[in-house]
Amino acid sequence: MSLPILVFVLLALSVAGYVLGRGRAMASAGGDARKLHSLPNYYGWFGFLVALLPAALMLLLWLPAQSVVIDTQVSAMISDRSAAESSRGLVMSDVERVAEGLDLAVDAGVLTEEQAASIRTEFTDVRERLGEVGVALGSDVTSETLQAAQRYRALSSTGDLLRTLAVVAAALAGLAFVYRRAASTFRARNAVEAVVRWILILAASIAILTTVGIILSLIFNTVEFFSLYPAWDFFFGLTWSPSFGGGSELGILPLLWATLYISFIALAVSVPIGLFAAIYLSEYAGPAVRAVAKPLLEVLAGIPTIVYGLFALLTVGPLLVDIFGDGGVLGVGWMGGGTAVMTAGLVMGIMLIPFVSSLSDDIINAVPQAMRDGSLGLGATHSETVKQVILPAALPGIVGAILLAGSRAIGETMIVVLGAGAAARLSLNPFEAMTTVTAKIVSQLTGDADFASPEALVAFALGMTLFVITLGLNVIALYIVRKYREQYE
Amino acid sequence: MNEMPVVDAEAGTLLPKISAKKVQVFYGETHAIKDVDLNIADRTVTAFIGPSGCGKSTFLRCLNRMNDTIDICRVEGDIRIDGEDIYDPKVDPVQLRAKVGMVFQKPNPFPKSIYDNIAYGPRIHGLSRSKADLDEIVANSLQKAGLYEEVKDRLDEPGTGLSGGQQQRLCIARAIAVSPEVILMDEPCSALDPIATAKIEELIDELRENYTIVIVTHSMQQAARVSQRTAFFHLGNLVEEGETKEIFTNPTDRRTQDYITGRFG
Ligand SMILES: Nc1ncnc2c1ncn2[C@@H]1O[C@H](COP(=O)(O)OP(=O)(O)OP(=O)(O)O)[C@@H](O)[C@H]1O
Ligand SMILES: [Mg+2]
Repeated sequence: MSLPILVFVLLALSVAGYVLGRGRAMASAGGDARKLHSLPNYYGWFGFLVALLPAALMLLLWLPAQSVVIDTQVSAMISDRSAAESSRGLVMSDVERVAEGLDLAVDAGVLTEEQAASIRTEFTDVRERLGEVGVALGSDVTSETLQAAQRYRALSSTGDLLRTLAVVAAALAGLAFVYRRAASTFRARNAVEAVVRWILILAASIAILTTVGIILSLIFNTVEFFSLYPAWDFFFGLTWSPSFGGGSELGILPLLWATLYISFIALAVSVPIGLFAAIYLSEYAGPAVRAVAKPLLEVLAGIPTIVYGLFALLTVGPLLVDIFGDGGVLGVGWMGGGTAVMTAGLVMGIMLIPFVSSLSDDIINAVPQAMRDGSLGLGATHSETVKQVILPAALPGIVGAILLAGSRAIGETMIVVLGAGAAARLSLNPFEAMTTVTAKIVSQLTGDADFASPEALVAFALGMTLFVITLGLNVIALYIVRKYREQYE
Repeated sequence: MNEMPVVDAEAGTLLPKISAKKVQVFYGETHAIKDVDLNIADRTVTAFIGPSGCGKSTFLRCLNRMNDTIDICRVEGDIRIDGEDIYDPKVDPVQLRAKVGMVFQKPNPFPKSIYDNIAYGPRIHGLSRSKADLDEIVANSLQKAGLYEEVKDRLDEPGTGLSGGQQQRLCIARAIAVSPEVILMDEPCSALDPIATAKIEELIDELRENYTIVIVTHSMQQAARVSQRTAFFHLGNLVEEGETKEIFTNPTDRRTQDYITGRFG
């Protein structure tokens, strides 16, 4: 039974559980709902949940377990010789693709089930047959791969059958339990509420566990990268020149330098403008201006970053070349092409303005009115009050906001991909093209990357580095912001 | 500062420190103060009492033009301090507020050190010529507010770290530091416990020698203890004003009588 059908059957059994639970409870109370401990629907939901949850849990655990078991069995069939030629993982992914191809071929009627299980590379050109149903294979199928694929299919189909039996059995057991327990004295309401609470806990843990999962996958791949490439060279190498043919130099410093340089320019643009905008909006603007300007700024925050990237590439870059480039207005010839640190930094700064201003605005507004009154009541002018009381009071929060903006700038990708250029370079000239950590993660993983090579795995090490930096910034920023909030509570 | 009481040459009588005539205050459409005439004597404590929402704070805030900071607020009529119309376009409200200090209901020290809290006003108004000058102003103000002994060893600690009562005295010291002539206090003790309240009341009594004090209070006992004159407001009207003793023992208006005997408000 295929997975969607199984899920459907499971849901149907759960609905049966609802009907059963409700019906049994009503029957035991002689049809008088008032004699029940809980409202009749609670018995229904109890039945539904008892039929559904254990079986669904079983299914969720079964799926990964089955694939692990099959993988180990099949991978044992691959000889060490062919595993040595390329990596075992690559052979396994070939096996899976062939198995998938055979499935498709059977579905399409090109092969019968028997043929699929018995064809041999000696007699049939499997690659061509699979090509007919739209499964393109990179190389000819060896007999070993084909046999492994056939074994894979056989194991899968047995596994699927067992899975169906196990899940349906669990659901039926649930129904039997409901049949016995759903009586008028049973506290169905409490039971349902306990289950609901567990569902909420589960949702919360999923959010946390995925984070943990992401970090773990980053860590594993990073560790694998460092087993192929020395950590020292990665962290302290001054050259970045990957070549998939081998002999790459993968030093992070040029990338990190460009990342920090661009972020610095972005902050130099966004912090003063954003902060002054926030001060104007929260302290000086009348309600009418506020009503228009605040939503406008928030619209700016909602523009997808790829649009900013286009803006950098098509507008800001050429504009800067017209000013700083060869034959430009200033005649200085500093800038060769439109993509440069300055281009990306300026546009990223524009992107961050609403972010900085709306955070600062919240923080300035959180300074109590009593503080303003106190200052004005002493004969301070409005701007003295802003400068000497409100800004110092809001300063920790504003610093936190700036750090948050910094961590967004460091992680920003589309603007630098389009605006900063592709050459890794250690240079002080902001009008030169450079490339950042994020942009290189993209370029190392797009295209036909071999995921076992250091040139691809380096992306994880880069990602991990970024993650650690931004995490550090966020933690510091949140700490500062929270500390500041406490001050007035 | 005006050491001599201003004397009306023609009548030969003492002029009040503050005189208000036909004052109207509107918040948008709300008519919060209706046609109030009131004279406030120099170097006395005047208490404003009345049920909640009757306009005590509003009227108090007219006296140092704090209402200017509320967009929808409009003040009409004539308010004079030492004979000078404070709503005259020539008057800078910021200068006025240095002369008419204010203490608020909730203690609101700035998140700065105790020293900087006090020094804030003098610095803004350029009242000190040297650091030593400023030190003296700070010490003096703290002394007058009866706080000096308690904080003299920790002037550089944050003002927000003091107890509520100390914070309120800090705010009074802060107001005193700019040498005002009038101090307005809007329910200065409502956030304090009885002991801290007693301290502030004592302080108000001492300050009376040098300052004209107007205090809004919800406590009849407090008004009776600290003030020499009392004004009773009701629904935006000034119902009656007079010697505190008179108001509490022998009110002329029925509404005043009802209020002080606790029948409403
Ligand atoms: N900022 C404001 N905006 C609009 N209306 C206001 C504002 N401040 C006060 N009012 C209105 O003006 C009237 C008088 O308020 P005010 O604060 O002066 O009363 P109060 O006597 O001080 O009261 P309480 O004893 O509760 O402090 C009330 O009706 C109030 O709703
Ligand atoms: Mg009030």
